[in-house]
Amino acid sequence: MANWDILQEMESLRREIDDVFRGFGTARLLGPTFLPRLSGREYPHINLSEDENNLYVEALVPGIEPQNIDLNVMKGSLTISGERQESESSGRTWHRRERGGGTFLRSIELPIAVNSERVEAQCKNGILTVTLPKAEGAKPKKITVKID
Amino acid sequence: MPQKDISVTRQGRSLAEQEHLRPQKNHIRPAVDIFETEQDLVLVADMPGVDKERLDINLERGILTLKGEIEASNHREPLFREFSLGGSYYRQFELSDVFDSNKTSAEFKNGVLTLTLAKSEAAKPRHIEIQH
Repeated sequence: MANWDILQEMESLRREIDDVFRGFGTARLLGPTFLPRLSGREYPHINLSEDENNLYVEALVPGIEPQNIDLNVMKGSLTISGERQESESSGRTWHRRERGGGTFLRSIELPIAVNSERVEAQCKNGILTVTLPKAEGAKPKKITVKID
Repeated sequence: MPQKDISVTRQGRSLAEQEHLRPQKNHIRPAVDIFETEQDLVLVADMPGVDKERLDINLERGILTLKGEIEASNHREPLFREFSLGGSYYRQFELSDVFDSNKTSAEFKNGVLTLTLAKSEAAKPRHIEIQH
């Protein structure tokens, strides 16, 4: 039990409980892609991944012009905000209306330090990909053990 | 305001193609807006992650099928996941047969599909002038 931290344990327990109430798992993975009206804090949906040099945040932003998305990196957190225009409703007879609209803002705490000067973002087919290069000090270092 | 004169339901005809009989596992039902104007029926669907080439829209015997394959995601180490990148979108609607198939247009932009189906002449609301 290296570095057992009571606060971290509580945080992970809280997260697990949250996930249960949110319907984590397939229900969530296959759920609606964009409904900020109902819960602005949880949209856009994100995926966080990494490789040796970078952290990647992918966000689902269908129907949002890339210039209407605001990205901010500050103190180890990434904030994505913007607005999806709602379609006009006058003069139309609606059959179904499932797509949400409105403003959204979401902050993601980054697990390791990043080089905020070199962050890049790209938008393709409604998916925003943010590439955050890891700070030099945060990269894993390989140490070889010499055998005499 | 135009009348609701086209019925939109979600039944497929052949069993294998019916939406609710397909395995749930890897397909996502895209959220849609469907509305009618005087001339058209417009369908807007959120399908992020699909490439234009992998989008398949089919209107056959009154069944509209939307299919889209999501581009396979790259092999990075996942840390936290809220949506799946992989699999496909699939959703069907039954429309009454009142469209002019030559005047159908589709646009795909920023992960959103907009499909405009023109109503055929017979389905358009008609004003009848009363002669004096």
